[in-house]
Amino acid sequence: MKFITIDKKDWAKGIEKSRKTYQLFGPVKDKNGFFIKSLGKDMLPDMDYHDSVMSVKSVLFPQTENILTTTLDEAQEDHHIMKRAVTDYSPRAVLGIRPYDAKAIELVKLNFDTDDYKDPYWCDAYEATTFVGLGLNKPGPFDFSSSTGSGPFNEEGLDVLLADLDDKYLAKVLTDKGEAFIKACGFDLIADDKESQALFDILRKEAEKNIVSKISTDKLKEKTILEIHEAPFWDDIAFSCINCGTCTFVCPTCWCFDIQDETKRKASTRIRNWDTCMSPLFTKHATGHNPRDTKTQRVRQRFMHKLKYFFDKYDQGIMCVGCGRCVKSCPVNIDIREVCNMMNSYEKQE
Amino acid sequence: MENPYMPYPVRIDNIEIATEDKSLKTFKFVILNKEDEKKFSYEAGQFAELSIPGVGEIPIGIASSPVEKGFVKFTVFKAGVVTSHLHNMKEGDIMGIRGPLGNWYPWDKLENKNIVIIGGGFAFTTLRSSIIYMLDPANRSKFKNIDVVYGARSPGMLLYREELFEWEKRDDINMHITVDSTDDPNWKYHSGFVPQIVEQQAPKADEDTYAIICGPPIMIKFTQPSLTVLGYKQHQIIMSLENRMKCGIGMCGRCNIGKELVCKDGPVFTLEELNQTPKEY
Amino acid sequence: MDTYINKIRELSLKLLKKKEVVKVIGFTKGTLPMATSPIAISLEQDVEKLIFNSTCGLNLANYIRNHKGKIAVIAKGCDSRNIITHIVENQIPREQLHIIGVPCKGMIDKTKVASLFDDDIIEFSEDNDTLLLKSSSKEERLNKQDYLRENCKLCMHKNPVIYDDLVGDLVDEQTLDTPYPDVEQIENMDADTKWQHFDKLTKNCIRCYACRNACPICYCPTCFVDESGPQWVGKGQDKTDVNTFHFLRAFHCAGRCTDCGACVEACPMDINVRDFTRKLNKDSFELFEWEAGLDLTKRPPLDAYSPNDPNDFIK
Repeated sequence: MKFITIDKKDWAKGIEKSRKTYQLFGPVKDKNGFFIKSLGKDMLPDMDYHDSVMSVKSVLFPQTENILTTTLDEAQEDHHIMKRAVTDYSPRAVLGIRPYDAKAIELVKLNFDTDDYKDPYWCDAYEATTFVGLGLNKPGPFDFSSSTGSGPFNEEGLDVLLADLDDKYLAKVLTDKGEAFIKACGFDLIADDKESQALFDILRKEAEKNIVSKISTDKLKEKTILEIHEAPFWDDIAFSCINCGTCTFVCPTCWCFDIQDETKRKASTRIRNWDTCMSPLFTKHATGHNPRDTKTQRVRQRFMHKLKYFFDKYDQGIMCVGCGRCVKSCPVNIDIREVCNMMNSYEKQE
Repeated sequence: MENPYMPYPVRIDNIEIATEDKSLKTFKFVILNKEDEKKFSYEAGQFAELSIPGVGEIPIGIASSPVEKGFVKFTVFKAGVVTSHLHNMKEGDIMGIRGPLGNWYPWDKLENKNIVIIGGGFAFTTLRSSIIYMLDPANRSKFKNIDVVYGARSPGMLLYREELFEWEKRDDINMHITVDSTDDPNWKYHSGFVPQIVEQQAPKADEDTYAIICGPPIMIKFTQPSLTVLGYKQHQIIMSLENRMKCGIGMCGRCNIGKELVCKDGPVFTLEELNQTPKEY
Repeated sequence: MDTYINKIRELSLKLLKKKEVVKVIGFTKGTLPMATSPIAISLEQDVEKLIFNSTCGLNLANYIRNHKGKIAVIAKGCDSRNIITHIVENQIPREQLHIIGVPCKGMIDKTKVASLFDDDIIEFSEDNDTLLLKSSSKEERLNKQDYLRENCKLCMHKNPVIYDDLVGDLVDEQTLDTPYPDVEQIENMDADTKWQHFDKLTKNCIRCYACRNACPICYCPTCFVDESGPQWVGKGQDKTDVNTFHFLRAFHCAGRCTDCGACVEACPMDINVRDFTRKLNKDSFELFEWEAGLDLTKRPPLDAYSPNDPNDFIK
């Protein structure tokens, strides 16, 4: 473990320097808030942002991604034989992401990087990426990350964690990847370990005091899937839902996708797109039969997946990091905090 | 590690119309690369993604048997975009298959047991694979009695008719072929729905008897009570499910029933397992 | 607003008590300061959950399909017009509905209000025309009229067009000499500028379809973007596919859109979807003298043939 002090006056220069090795991503202001975007030439991450509308997941898992290509031109020798689409996996660094988003990446990893199969697109992107986090000194009123196993200074999933100290950043270097990035920036002012850690601890405690929003998950595990699945509250929760995909798309942990073939002239590309369990098409069979035909079934699926199935399957807590994006973006204000607490406190009436 | 999304290139070697209404065709594929053929080593009960570049993919149970070498066979019902396209393809066309995927019937557990195979309509593909596997001279002694109840709407809708009638003649397998109804005066097998024939013909359960069911949801629903009457316990009833799938490797998220993914943790489940999951299939 | 709320609860209670309806569809308080959520109330003791204020921007006509028994619904001017469209398009019979009309004083533009703050708003309240807002760093008192949604500013049908009860006195309707200033502005752009305008408009679209799903007239069992045989539109983030969705949806809404603003209200990316739909509204108005949802006896103009239909396009 190593701490580095970065004077904010040196920040831009260091970031510029790292471009020799890294493609950079970071928070950028757009018309409706901040987004984590590729930082083109002369673009710096806006480190004064509070949170981003969309999470960091698209850096590893773009909303639309080419996975395989082929030609349908039978005059070509290799027609109809698919090849992996060409993607640039040179080193990337994402700057200034919030700790809950990094935690989310670790949860998503459980899906894409398994003993049986590895998703090469996600894994290669993950391998190529260095995550430079920025501790959240003043979490917002809808941030409940400290009750999801994350928190404003959580280090999980990060290679470097920065603390904003007004005129400087204090960087906690967490991994070899982080070390390499800091080196590439030329940041080399080593800070005292003990003092720095003490400072991080103070900042974390101060930040956590700001977190007013909490959920309870302690009793989710002890109930059976069917008990919660058959609970009477799902119709009421789902009534207002319009079945759009907002909650799933803004969510840093929602990983579901669709695969589509698209052809332009004779060039065919197999593409994967984010998909959403809110859409009836997600599960509709070719025969027309749909195992999750009703809105209630689909709303229940989303919450059950995040708060129960995932919990039971991996034993790594819930599949929610408490960023509050879905709470804020839902057009009808369906609030995962309320649903989680209802599920947690539900007792089956005999 | 292999790219699990990459299909093995195959050539359509043979296409056969499988039912009288032409809604099902059996495709025989030859895997183009020898090394891919080795990788595509499967067990009876597994499925694969048939992959047509420019069109898409569709998960289909493998109808050929692990003991049949040099080709892979799938019987496909024309239903959606990919299967409709496939039905219009011709011998010699190049496409892909991806797999084998999913789990299989628990052959280890089924050794030295009596097996009752129950199938309906076009869900007989992996059951054919299983029967060929069990009847193989190298395997037959591993199993005790084999009973098969297979039903379709009419005689012309039965899959693999020639094989069925061959098996019918053998004495190491008890065939109970049935059709919902027929006006064919020469029909010498059963008439009636599968659940009813199961109740009449299938052996009563003892500890050493297992039933494997594959069929349309309605058949499965009504066959369960028949098996209960015969004394089958939940763990002795093995079923294979279908759900909409895309990736086939447990990642894309749509085929789950509770925490189980039909594509990866299934498609084969015991009734005991299914009774602990939501009925979202 | 308080008088409205009391009246809504009183009427709802009466209807449920007398078993005239099986449920009342209205709005309830959300978990965020400026959020409200549609709710169905079927128990008498739950009528207290019903509220009404300047943040009830969704359209409840979107919630009246597929119910068993008679239902009551709270309807602002625009909701009532979409109820008419629903009845005309055979989505629900008039007899199945008890309409509790709300003379509407306009809904607020939540995005515009939120943009005054760098941090999250933690308190919202209103007192007649004054909005009170609080974040952890500051407080604001705003004049509601300055923060009305764009569609509300241009609204000429604030009063319910059809109702069984009213929760207050009818409000004055405005008449506008130029009801479509925004559309005219876009019409006056040259083709390239227009294209850039729409490209910029949809730039952040994530294809969540909240606009479509919040829209009371987008009730097709399978939307054209979801159709797979044949597939009309690609499902990825290709600009052409994204824009095709928005353009085609607008055309599907031609002559049926009431400019209720639910699409904009629902969009998580603050896309002014009305830039698409309003052009068609203007055309319907100019070509057919038609405004959607005002007449129970007439089908939308593109849904009916009349010998007087403009046919200048035939050369």
